[in-house]
Amino acid sequence: MSAPEMLRPPQDVPQPVLQVRDLSVLFPARRGGVAVRAVERLSFDIAPGQTLGLVGQSGSGKTTAGRAILQLQKADGGSVRLLGRELTTMRAGELRRMRRHMQFVQQNPYSSLHPRLTIGQVLSEPLQVHRAVPANRMRERVAELLELVNLDPAMMRRYPHEFSGGQRQRVVIARALAVNPDFLVCDEPVSALDVRTQAQIVALLQSLQERLKLSYLFIAHDLAIVREMAHRVAVMFRGRIVEMGTADQVYESPGHPYTRLLLDAVPVPDPALQRERLRRAPPDMRFLEGDGGGCIFGLDHAGAGTAEWHELAEGHGVSCRYWPQKAASAPGHI
Amino acid sequence: MTGPLLSVRDLAVTVTTRREVVRAVRGISFDIGADEAVGFVGESGSGKSITAKALMRLAPEGTAIALTGSIALRGQDILGLGEAEMRGLRGRRIAMVFQDPMTSLNPVMSIGAQMGDMLRRHLALSGRAARERGIELLDLVGIPDAARRIDDHPHQFSGGQRQRILIAIAISCEPDLLIADEPTTALDVTVQAQILRLLLRLREERGMALMLITHDFGVVAGMVDRVNVMYRGEIVESGPVGQVFAEPQHGYTRALLDAVPRLQGTAG
Repeated sequence: MSAPEMLRPPQDVPQPVLQVRDLSVLFPARRGGVAVRAVERLSFDIAPGQTLGLVGQSGSGKTTAGRAILQLQKADGGSVRLLGRELTTMRAGELRRMRRHMQFVQQNPYSSLHPRLTIGQVLSEPLQVHRAVPANRMRERVAELLELVNLDPAMMRRYPHEFSGGQRQRVVIARALAVNPDFLVCDEPVSALDVRTQAQIVALLQSLQERLKLSYLFIAHDLAIVREMAHRVAVMFRGRIVEMGTADQVYESPGHPYTRLLLDAVPVPDPALQRERLRRAPPDMRFLEGDGGGCIFGLDHAGAGTAEWHELAEGHGVSCRYWPQKAASAPGHI
Repeated sequence: MTGPLLSVRDLAVTVTTRREVVRAVRGISFDIGADEAVGFVGESGSGKSITAKALMRLAPEGTAIALTGSIALRGQDILGLGEAEMRGLRGRRIAMVFQDPMTSLNPVMSIGAQMGDMLRRHLALSGRAARERGIELLDLVGIPDAARRIDDHPHQFSGGQRQRILIAIAISCEPDLLIADEPTTALDVTVQAQILRLLLRLREERGMALMLITHDFGVVAGMVDRVNVMYRGEIVESGPVGQVFAEPQHGYTRALLDAVPRLQGTAG
């Protein structure tokens, strides 16, 4: 790399497709209960053609985050910019037009396709809504879409129940791609599928990303699947991102104790090693019960008005919340 | 040396629904030793869950099943038993834990009542003894504050706790064989690890046989002695777990193992 290239100012870095800043979602109190901060001050970028994997356990807020980004869930604060345009304050009509740039692939391929519509009708619908192609080109475009996801165009005359789970998920992906989006939120897109089918859908999503320069927010609880899909990974716990970095950084040198806990719990397909892991003393998870109180590194974020975030390496950071108290004096990685 | 706890020969299961007749299991044979853990791995539709149900002579909901072949439990042929005898055997000698703890528990009965039901029926315990035994069992599977929580209802527990409760109910009558059908599939990864640890510990402490059914090779890896790989109603490969992982013989087993996503390039 030549010197002028290295000195290139950061503005020249390609603009992110998606820019999320301090996104928060508050679920109002139910009778007798307290309000729940489902998503708390989420911030990240997704570059063109890149995947951010969002992992966390059920209830961590990852699905709510995906829905808030797509403006399917009202946010209580923060900003979501898609292709440089702010979505959270956008008027309904304009937002509807922006929807062709962002699409949603959901978990269950069994319930997300209308049982009484043919595959052709399912795929025509978004094209009609967004007036994406003239009526006389509709069939041609539907056939194109089916080919794009490696399905036979002759399938357009058939109904969802005639297809396997994997084929249905291909149809769901084709429907999302109908309007040539730039960005997809994939929420557990393979968790309902058998392991061989999962591998095929992951490969399809990867090849589509390459061919169409798509950006993905890939939400999943399965850490191994995210490892295969994501360029960057964010780990969520109780509504916050507790660690974010490149996939290699997060998986090879996890910094946050919660990330390590998750990675250690994943079963390894090696009988002797896995048995030895199951026999080890179970991890002490009590540190996750509180939020750790103040900053583990002893900073006063509230007073200084800074984010509760600490860089471990370039592009790799951790939250200072949810650390075991004894680690307070000497967090090994920092 | 005595024979195996369970001996299955040429078992075929035909499932009849309103729409179709499916030969779900096509003549399989296997043994499970008295203190052995055996994994059944395969994809949906491979016949692994139907096999487990057949061992208890249960039909999937809304279907009728026809069984041929033989299933011998400690030498006694189960297929020849009447329904009353089967009721005495289910839960008592063979017990089962299913994937979804919410649908296997009765939502309007307290946990204590559901455990008591089983204990009174099979072990003829008094109400008071059953309650005490129930508290012990909840404690054993790691439900904190068991004496108070025994009166709670299923919805008052987390998913992982409900699975622990199902396991407590399943082992309450000290069965010879525990069948666990995808016991951790609906659970988060840290909870999955807890449940697997619990099953491993209970099996070793109680010398109970385990039949673990899963699509996930990672789940069977640390848990079982032997693996049967099922595909389209047949056992296509069978062997000690280490050998099946290290040198899979059947192409289908290799395909399943290759499809397992890995955290690291090398096992570590």
